Amino acid sequence: MTIKVLHPGLSTTVQDLGRPGYFHLGIPVGGAMDRLALRAANLLVGNDEGAACLEAVFIGPQLEFTAPARIAVTGAEMPIKLDGVEQPGWTALEVKAGQVLSFDYLKSGARIIIAVSGGIDVPLALGSRSTYPIGALGGFKGRAIAAGDELPVGAASSSKAGLSVRDALRRKPGHPAELRVLPGLYWHRILPESQASFFADQWKVAPEADRMGYRFRGGQALKFVEREQPFGAGSDPSNIVDSCYPYGSIQVPGGKEPIILHRDAVSGGGYFMVGTVISADMDLIGQLQPNMPTRFVEIDMDGALAARADRKALLQKIREALA
Amino acid sequence: MSTEIKSPLPGVFYRKPSPESAPFKKDGDTVAADDVIGLVEVMKSFHEVKAGVAGSNIRFSVDDADAVMAGQVIAEVEA
Repeated sequence: MTIKVLHPGLSTTVQDLGRPGYFHLGIPVGGAMDRLALRAANLLVGNDEGAACLEAVFIGPQLEFTAPARIAVTGAEMPIKLDGVEQPGWTALEVKAGQVLSFDYLKSGARIIIAVSGGIDVPLALGSRSTYPIGALGGFKGRAIAAGDELPVGAASSSKAGLSVRDALRRKPGHPAELRVLPGLYWHRILPESQASFFADQWKVAPEADRMGYRFRGGQALKFVEREQPFGAGSDPSNIVDSCYPYGSIQVPGGKEPIILHRDAVSGGGYFMVGTVISADMDLIGQLQPNMPTRFVEIDMDGALAARADRKALLQKIREALA
Repeated sequence: MSTEIKSPLPGVFYRKPSPESAPFKKDGDTVAADDVIGLVEVMKSFHEVKAGVAGSNIRFSVDDADAVMAGQVIAEVEA
């Protein structure tokens, strides 16, 4: 079967859990910005957790199904409609041949994941079906979907009907959103007063935020410790000798606007990084819409590992609830 | 009857195509359904907001460069 794209939304891409292992060659990890939402959506329709889904940001697509399918929409809160009739999120839905899936205005969060029984069956590229649009790699023809596209769907495996993820097992950012940060290798580059203000200030998601980087505004500019410009580094105090950029690292060009590198980020460059958002909180970033108030919260390695264990336990609860 | 025009997406709303230009529409203008009434900036691109309805006496409830949410009323027209 196929899914006909009647309207693509703003930027709707095929995503799975990404292609780790190529970042050192400049190919980003890619994959869903909210991987917990993707895993849950797949489990709801009987797919492998890492099957390819559609990720839509801010505006949902309009899709027509050419054959019956079981689908689920997770992630952001955006009213879901089948032939105009509202349907619940985080729930397996039965779609009849010819029915049209559409969405109303986004209410909270930023990205929805649409899973279809069988998964979106585009070819693997470097081990993943995720779309990396800037590199024209993976996904549907290496790009966001467009009106008129017919998306191939794989063979569905049998699964239980009527599954739903209860509210307590859905994870979403608070208000303000809180992102836990482990200070990094270059933490000493800013003055103690800036180390304090970075965590004390309330920041706001900038409208430029996307799959490559999440930019924030509204906090005080960071002040740097005086230094002699190292050989190979740029002249701005925020420049360093080129280095690797980890997934989740926070660079602050010119000390002004922090940028968290996300799934489609560049892998290296010459800006210092204050620290790294812990892996357990990266999915939350995928659900931040522009202007969302956000705070960075300092955490140590033990706290980060405990948070990672908590997130794994939550995923295990979802698996058990849907088994 | 007055009809609301809503922003389809979150971002920053602009009433002018560029900082030096005149606004797309002024309060009191008449609009056609296909008329652009503003732009929303998000993810490094600008998205046109069309009136979606023909009407008269448009009144904006959002200022130039204001932050908007998806579904937020930007303007009303007499349709």
